[in-house]
Amino acid sequence: MRDVAIIGVGVTKFGELWDKSFRALGIEAGMKAMEDANLSGSEVDGIFIGNMSAGRFINQQNIASLIVDYSGLASNNVPATRIEAGGASGAVAFRQAVMAVASGLNDVVLVGGAEKMTDLDDVSINSILDSTADAEWEAGMGVTFAGLHAMIAQRMIHDGTATREEIASFAVNSHFHGALNPNAQFRKAITLDTVLKSGPVASPLGMFDCAPITDGAASLVLCPLEDARKHTDSYVKVSAAEQASDSLGLFQRSDITSYGATVKAAEKAYRRAGITAADIDVAEVHDVYTVSGIMALQDLGFFKKGEAGKAVLEGRCQLGGDAVTVNTSGGLKARGHPIGATGVAQIVEVVEQLRGSADKRQVEGAKYGLAQSSGGTGSTVAVSILEAI
Amino acid sequence: MASVAREWREIPGRYNLIGTKCANCGKIFFPSRDFCPVCRRKSLGKMEKHSVCRTGEVFTYTVIYDAPDCNNRLKPYAVVMVRTDDGVMITGQLVDVDLESVAIGMRVRAVLRKLDADGASGVIHYGFKFVPED
Amino acid sequence: MEVGIVSYGAYVPRYRIKPEEIGRIWGVDGKAMGKGLMISQKSVPSPDEDVVTIATEAARHMMARVPQVDPADIGAIYVGSESHPYAVKPTSTIVAESIGATPAMTAADMEFACKAGTAGIQACMGLVGSGMVRYGVAIGADTSQGAPGDALEYSASAGGAAYLIGSEDVIARINRTLSFTTDTPDFWRREGQPYPLHGGRFTGEPAYFRHITSAAKMMFDAMGTSAADYKYAVFHQPNGKFPTRVAKQLGFSPEQIEYGLLTPQIGNTYSGAVPLGLANVLDHAEPGDRIFVTSYGSGAGSDAFDITVTDAIKGYQRGRAPVLEKILSSPVYVDYGTYAKYKGKIVMPE
Repeated sequence: MRDVAIIGVGVTKFGELWDKSFRALGIEAGMKAMEDANLSGSEVDGIFIGNMSAGRFINQQNIASLIVDYSGLASNNVPATRIEAGGASGAVAFRQAVMAVASGLNDVVLVGGAEKMTDLDDVSINSILDSTADAEWEAGMGVTFAGLHAMIAQRMIHDGTATREEIASFAVNSHFHGALNPNAQFRKAITLDTVLKSGPVASPLGMFDCAPITDGAASLVLCPLEDARKHTDSYVKVSAAEQASDSLGLFQRSDITSYGATVKAAEKAYRRAGITAADIDVAEVHDVYTVSGIMALQDLGFFKKGEAGKAVLEGRCQLGGDAVTVNTSGGLKARGHPIGATGVAQIVEVVEQLRGSADKRQVEGAKYGLAQSSGGTGSTVAVSILEAI
Repeated sequence: MASVAREWREIPGRYNLIGTKCANCGKIFFPSRDFCPVCRRKSLGKMEKHSVCRTGEVFTYTVIYDAPDCNNRLKPYAVVMVRTDDGVMITGQLVDVDLESVAIGMRVRAVLRKLDADGASGVIHYGFKFVPED
Repeated sequence: MEVGIVSYGAYVPRYRIKPEEIGRIWGVDGKAMGKGLMISQKSVPSPDEDVVTIATEAARHMMARVPQVDPADIGAIYVGSESHPYAVKPTSTIVAESIGATPAMTAADMEFACKAGTAGIQACMGLVGSGMVRYGVAIGADTSQGAPGDALEYSASAGGAAYLIGSEDVIARINRTLSFTTDTPDFWRREGQPYPLHGGRFTGEPAYFRHITSAAKMMFDAMGTSAADYKYAVFHQPNGKFPTRVAKQLGFSPEQIEYGLLTPQIGNTYSGAVPLGLANVLDHAEPGDRIFVTSYGSGAGSDAFDITVTDAIKGYQRGRAPVLEKILSSPVYVDYGTYAKYKGKIVMPE
């Protein structure tokens, strides 16, 4: 197995991009990444695209071919594969690309993640989100995706492992950083009160506990670590790209206030990278709802169960805090959550941090960065660790 | 319009909480499984139909305000995860309840209600929801 | 062969609206309207309730009380209603599936305005009596419709009751049943129309009163009885006034009809009305009690029953399902807007 490097990153503006089509977004992110890696395009010998639901959002299947075509790579007949893993689609696509390069099957791989969500009405969008849970026995019973997370939050509060304020504070943390990210959907810091008083979605969660509906795309270029310097001086090493699964339905689990798949993927990732949670300087976690962010910090080993909420509420995960700095991009909550793009955008942010190019969001001297991405209610989780060179 | 077959084949579970029991280890599953995830091969051919207990206790809950279209006339409404008296966890709505009174540990009972309908002309989907136990 | 009621179960939705609240919207003195009809409130189904769910709940209560009866031994299920959720596709098959009675059985939906439930009881009696089936289930249930602002809106409500008819462990023997039927157009709903129409005062003397008194008198003649021979009586109850008056005409006292008269507190449950009234009587009945029952369905006909409660009611596990008093004990009052939303009277995008 070869070590793998990320030699280029690209990301579009995230938000309600009324004038941009799915294909335009995908190409924009891809071109930026190619430019960042100083490549012309002809070097690319494989493409992996993370996308959750173009079939339902824009009624377009077979999108890998679409991306190849509009990237101008159709004449090279580059093989392209679309990956779907709910909210973890982008992260799993990244992992497939890492495996392709590490195995020696591919030498220069483009990873894309894209979702065009706003071409559909809100009710239909929510129905698509709900379908990442068990369509027959959760969504089909009238339970929304937000409702499932709300039930996790309710149980945490009942068990005494988090307070409502602690859970809500995750959005404050994400917005604080989002304000510093020019590509974020929401560039405005908020107070705890804003979250607590936001309109109810599924009690105890309100509007500001939920990631927004977003259009956007992100892209990466990978190659063997040994070849990286041929292309650029600015690259990072992929120390681990792990993945784990759990039951599709939340109700099938013995514990709903921890995602076993996050715990398992993180264990494998730390082992492969040869480090522990304490070595991580900066982390991007899947805060599709505030409560998922709090859970992730515990499941990744940054805090013991019942302690993450307090740490976030105290601002310890913000830039300048004494704990791991979390979601410098603004996270899913403030940067936005174009589902298939999210996992890739997390990697883009970690790369920026490790290259020292994160501008106002820069965590000084960041050496190790981690990204955690979840599909469904933790039914597919990818955990990746990157290392500064 | 959705296929009627998809709902039709789930009728035993939707109406009567019919799940399966592994004759090898005795564990009960809902919805039905073709083999036991604990016993795996040993359970092949040994999964029996099992009627899950219709009463149980609320394990966790939420009140949904941002509702799918099928519940436009019912929102806000409560959703619960229920631990049935035979130990199975089931997700469903909790109706005919004062939303303020919903709590973890509350006793509930499964009844048959309308879940959804395929518009004004399509089929009506019936299935279980929970109500407070008498 | 002794044929009768082996078990029964009832269900009424939890929501209520008062006549004064309906009157408030339509500029009518609702209180006076309620007083005239002798209705203080009526039941309203939740948006997720219909005849299928009401009939199922009643049938499940019925089955819960006879754990010794294997649902597979039910050979027939008839659901009588004028508000079946489908114009074509039976309610009865869904109910049958919900109580585990399928597939070796027959089923059909019945419609005869407000007497389809008692017609089902008669059909089951025939099947059991002839030996064609071991048990038959007859259910009367409705989520009846009253056009907005119409007089019917003050009474049309929701509820139902289910009866297990058989010849073993009979808790109430049906001594005799007979019917009086004519073509009398007092009330109707055309195919595809959401609300029924009625003949106003024509629904009284030539319709309700003529048919009920005729059937009742035929029963008295057949059995050689009079009102004094019965402990209880149940009459169809489109409002509180009609059954009270018809009882008096036939010689029954207010005490005899007290338990069987639920319309004042739940409204007119149409096909559910007599079955629910009888269920409430059975909730209170003792061995030897004789019950006189006469339903009425517009269009028009009356089914009369002469029933005697048996000793078996002592061993009957009534407590395994809620009695009507319990079912009616926690009403939730709604305003007209909520009522209109629940009943689907507000047009929404599909």
